[in-house]
Amino acid sequence: MYRQTFRGAIGAIGAIGALALVATVAGCSSGPSGDDSKTVVVASHDSWAMSKDVIKAFEKKSGYTVKVRPSGDAGELTNRLILTKDSPTADAVFGIDNTFATRAVDEGILADHEPSDLPASAKDFVLPDADAARQLTPVDYGDVCVNIDDTWFAQHRIAPPQTLDDLTKPAYKDLFVTPGATTSSPGLAFLIATIAEKGEAWPDYWRKLLANGAKITAGWSDAYEVDFTAGGGKGDRPIVLSYASSPPFTIPDGADKPTTSALLDTCWRQVEYAGVLKGAKNSKGAEAFVDFMVGKKFQAAIPDNMYMYPVNTAAGLPEIWAKWAKVSPDPAEMSPADIAAHRDEWLREWRDLTSR
Amino acid sequence: MNRIGPMRHRLGIATLAAIPLVVLAVFFVLPVWGMVSRGFTPDGHLDVGGVWDVLARPRTHRVLWFTLWSAGLGTLCAVLLGVPCAYVLHRLDFPGRGLLRALVVVPFVLPTVVVGVAFRQLLADSGPLGGWHLDGTAAAIIAALVFFNISVVIKTVGAFWEGIDPRREQAAAALGASPAQVFRTVTLPALLPGIVSAATVVFLFCSTAFGVVLTMGGLRYANVETEIYLLTTQELDLPAAAALSVLQLLVITALLLVSHLTRRDAAAVDRAASVGRRPRPRDLPLLAWTALVLVFVSAPLLTLVVRSLQVGDAWSLANYRALSGTGERSALLVPALQGLRNSLEIAALATSMALVLGGIVAFLVSRRPRRAALRRAVGVFDGAFMLPLGVSAVTLGFGFLVTLNHPPLDLRSSSVLVPIAQAMVALPLVVRTVAPVLRSIDDRQRQAAASLGAGPFRVLLAVDVPTAWRALLAATGFAFAVSLGEFGATSFLAREDNPTLPVVIYRLISHPGAENFGMAMAASVLLAATTTLVMLLVERLRIGSIGTF
Repeated sequence: MYRQTFRGAIGAIGAIGALALVATVAGCSSGPSGDDSKTVVVASHDSWAMSKDVIKAFEKKSGYTVKVRPSGDAGELTNRLILTKDSPTADAVFGIDNTFATRAVDEGILADHEPSDLPASAKDFVLPDADAARQLTPVDYGDVCVNIDDTWFAQHRIAPPQTLDDLTKPAYKDLFVTPGATTSSPGLAFLIATIAEKGEAWPDYWRKLLANGAKITAGWSDAYEVDFTAGGGKGDRPIVLSYASSPPFTIPDGADKPTTSALLDTCWRQVEYAGVLKGAKNSKGAEAFVDFMVGKKFQAAIPDNMYMYPVNTAAGLPEIWAKWAKVSPDPAEMSPADIAAHRDEWLREWRDLTSR
Repeated sequence: MNRIGPMRHRLGIATLAAIPLVVLAVFFVLPVWGMVSRGFTPDGHLDVGGVWDVLARPRTHRVLWFTLWSAGLGTLCAVLLGVPCAYVLHRLDFPGRGLLRALVVVPFVLPTVVVGVAFRQLLADSGPLGGWHLDGTAAAIIAALVFFNISVVIKTVGAFWEGIDPRREQAAAALGASPAQVFRTVTLPALLPGIVSAATVVFLFCSTAFGVVLTMGGLRYANVETEIYLLTTQELDLPAAAALSVLQLLVITALLLVSHLTRRDAAAVDRAASVGRRPRPRDLPLLAWTALVLVFVSAPLLTLVVRSLQVGDAWSLANYRALSGTGERSALLVPALQGLRNSLEIAALATSMALVLGGIVAFLVSRRPRRAALRRAVGVFDGAFMLPLGVSAVTLGFGFLVTLNHPPLDLRSSSVLVPIAQAMVALPLVVRTVAPVLRSIDDRQRQAAASLGAGPFRVLLAVDVPTAWRALLAATGFAFAVSLGEFGATSFLAREDNPTLPVVIYRLISHPGAENFGMAMAASVLLAATTTLVMLLVERLRIGSIGTF
């Protein structure tokens, strides 16, 4: 008898379940796919930001519709593209930087494409490797530098630090905060800056840094908005790892001068590239978009939207950038191939150094 | 009963079980298998040695040990803090109870990035609790884990507790038992299945916590989940990630086995709808306890509210007004408010999927077949649907990318993946909320109904549904909350033109600019307010339904 009680119930629930399944499948097939040849899908890092007007200008000129897919930071973006290289979900990519460029090229995820009218000033940023140069087009760059809160140092009558070595001095104990190299792109850039500067001895430098009370946070916003004295959270650390372009954001209302500055002797230059994906459904559209990205209209909009510097110097900089966001005359140097060869090993060692 | 009866019956059960199983196979087993098998065959052929090397690394042991003790301690604290609150909020009746019940769910849906920042603003040396020096310690991680998960304990145990007939306890008390004796000998044994259910879920959430561990621990601590994340997204070390995923699966399976054995002997409990009674003086310690927990839960929330109302040094609603736009310097691809709309639509879809599938699973696993082999099969079936909670969102997310890429399953760019992924996370909570209640129904009630001539559907409506009604509503609320707050898998699958609110918040907080930060705070408060509202609505439905049985 007890078993009989099931049958109807099963029928009823089964029917509901089947309906749900049908609804699900129907949902799948009706979802917009974006595969048609009039759409360009651009995989990008999470920091993508571009004004609608600029994108509309491209769409109007070329007849394509642009869809942007933010896919993690530069590292996650590159690794996702590698994992899906057999059937890519995008046509073009933007945001592979000089720390991941070699891996992307070695894994063969990109098709050859060089914009015909690459501005002369961009040629300095073209990757040294011949394959890489054919596949990745430089779009923008930025300096990751240690920033200091000038107001804090003036109030406390302490001479501000200037170099990486200064950060390990007792005068600056417990004053520095940086996002971690494993979870943040600027954090990785800083690790590479220290390795470029210190060579084999970099683990010693980091031990000293940690012994001097350097604080590590998961992300950039954590460091800048919680711990930094001049950030939104009014923290208690006046030295933070950020960008050369950060100081203009600290110009108080009504004033004309930022309260923070970047230490230009502590910088690593990050260059971001765009490329066409191998196996793209719309290669033509992807090529058109990459060409557009080095054009004047897009380049001029980069500082205000992505906080980076355009590779095309003719595009110009906003006035406050020209004045308060100077880039380093002499950033740390390391070849993309060296980075690709050692990055995992460095990150693993860094992780062991900083975690327990 | 003729011979066709049992056959048809078995076929029916099999069909019913097949529906959620197929979904599980396609949206969980296949993607996870896709990632793990890539790790085991790095060059196209099987390489177990590489995987074994990873498991033998001392770092792996440290990471595993931290995962176990942090999740264990987090679960213990959440249960100890949460069970008294479950009593106060579900067995006592006082003004404002509904609002408090809705509020305790809020932490559960808030994105870890924002809560991490809110917590750190409290705990950082410059914050109001800076004197405690907790920032970057394991204690801070545990506190945040408890913060996020305490509502699971309060809701699951509360829904279970509400249905336990108070007359047993009254009888024990009338026979001279002290309140402590009543609790130990009558209440606790009846409550245990509910507590074990809640603890299992909380442990799974804690052991796969990712943002919390990184943000609160300042990268000094690593659990299996953060390790998988770094190995997969940054180093593309798939063999190592696969090894850890397998380790994760083993740990979860062991946990589920223990949990199953503990629950197995739970007896049927007399159930009755209780409306709750007025608090008495002797409830004072419990009320004070609950008040303390609420203070703990609301402190980071208050930080959020305060920060959302500040622009520079002045008070302002500008952050809220800005939500109709795309943020400072186009940080967002769609207006922030669009994210709220998407979240609500996706949550409605995900909730219905989770309820249908979870309802079927709960119905099936609450049966007690007479044959031992069948009983074991039910246990395995039950456990299988808990697995998605305990497996890395990164493995699952990347798995979707590498496996669901061929027709007819090329769903990677389909908008339906987000609600499906969320439903997979919400499903175990539905099962865990509803199944203990269904299981505690004495089967003789169903037999009695059937022998009085009720058809099978009628039996379901007359016995199962009225008893499980509250649990179903609690599950609805929960599934909705899970969906509103889910970030791990969603961030992998959400598309630029339909981000959920947590994805919007994440984008805002990771883009420079004070206005974006302020908007992230305001959007979090909006998410919290929406959750509270939805929970209150669910509560109202529940109160309206009491008169019907």
